Amino acid sequence: MATITVFINNHPYTCDAGNSVAGAIAQAHQQLVTTRQSVHGMPRTAVCGMGICFECRVTINSNAHQLACQTPVATGMQITYEETGYA
Amino acid sequence: MSQSHVIIIGGGIVGCACAQRLAATGWRVTLIERDTIGSGATAAGMGQIVALDDSPAEFALTADSQRRWHALGQANPLVHEYTPCGTIWVASDDEELAMAAAKVPNYHAAGLHAELLDAAALYRHEPNLRPGLPGGLRIAGDAVVYPSRSADWLWQQTGGTLIHAAVTAIHAGGVTLADGRHLHADAVVLATGSRTRDLVPALPIRPKKGHLVITDRYPGFIHHQVAEMGYVKNAHLADVDSVAFNVQPRATGQILIGSCRQYDIHTPEVDPVMLGQMLQRCLEFMPALATLSSLRVWTGYRAATPDGQPLIGPHPHQPGLWLATGHEGLGITTSLGTADLLAALMNHTTPAINPTPYLPSRFFPAP
Repeated sequence: MATITVFINNHPYTCDAGNSVAGAIAQAHQQLVTTRQSVHGMPRTAVCGMGICFECRVTINSNAHQLACQTPVATGMQITYEETGYA
Repeated sequence: MSQSHVIIIGGGIVGCACAQRLAATGWRVTLIERDTIGSGATAAGMGQIVALDDSPAEFALTADSQRRWHALGQANPLVHEYTPCGTIWVASDDEELAMAAAKVPNYHAAGLHAELLDAAALYRHEPNLRPGLPGGLRIAGDAVVYPSRSADWLWQQTGGTLIHAAVTAIHAGGVTLADGRHLHADAVVLATGSRTRDLVPALPIRPKKGHLVITDRYPGFIHHQVAEMGYVKNAHLADVDSVAFNVQPRATGQILIGSCRQYDIHTPEVDPVMLGQMLQRCLEFMPALATLSSLRVWTGYRAATPDGQPLIGPHPHQPGLWLATGHEGLGITTSLGTADLLAALMNHTTPAINPTPYLPSRFFPAP
């Protein structure tokens, strides 16, 4: 499969072209990681994978609150989220 | 001497503010609300506290109310989500900037802050405005509140009786409810906003529909309530559909996006064409809004009068009936000033401002 490079919290990662941003984050870490905290500080990550739950929101190319599960990766994409300290 | 009893119809912010003021001046208060407190236009609007100098009557009432909100908000900012963010009125051209400059002495004469911004100052305050704007007017004393919560808090101060019911008729000495009950009172206050004519059809009030959008949380995207100078021109006086750029930072970091006005639309559905025109107008002033994610769109109804001023005072032909309605898009702001006026008129004391421009009798020919 073709691969591309994206930046996740400023680190370059190689991921499958055609992956979603949520998929690329999981692929980069080889596990599910939390990518957001709720207003009350609870850990959040992609849940539904189909654009309904809004729990997977990350910042993509400086635009906040983008749905990671609904956004395909692109070469050079800058993906950022808050490191929560949870696995 | 037994306590006088007042029935207030309508538990929006205006009805609740009147309840608080009347209870504080010795009345026993019964509030009749058909839904929940603060659920009508109170919940649908932006919650802006704004001093507007577009007419002497509007300025007197909004300036008085802005001061009252400041005192209430400063005393209990968490209850009201009171955020003294100020307003910036954006000029689109040099003519509007000259209009803004002419307003500064009016505000200063009323003892209010007002500051003319040149382009550099405008962008220092609000960098997300589109380039090329000449400046604006900053009113630092304006603020934002959470109106439904304030309405509930005002009501809680009264120790009165809340009845969840619909009123079907107002008569001398009381009201009739939908279940047939008659309630008696020494005075009745009608504060039902855009639904006023359901109970008193002769009053000159028309519903004016509006749409609002709320976004996800983007703290720091804007710092003030930001609206176009043409807002009042576009919005308040025109008798036709209109849109105007008006955005507001909420305490949560969310942004409320408005505004539009439509007469004689009696269904609450979101109108995609109107919504599109409204957002297009906002993007003309703040293109970066297009990068934000919106969560929800809703509509509501303002209670508009022919001259743009509310109806505050006695009904000229129905003894015992008092009106506090017709506040158009300014009801959150002017609720507190309205309550002071109405209570002073009902108690035969001296109000803080001249009540004449708001008396309902102006719409009734002298016999």
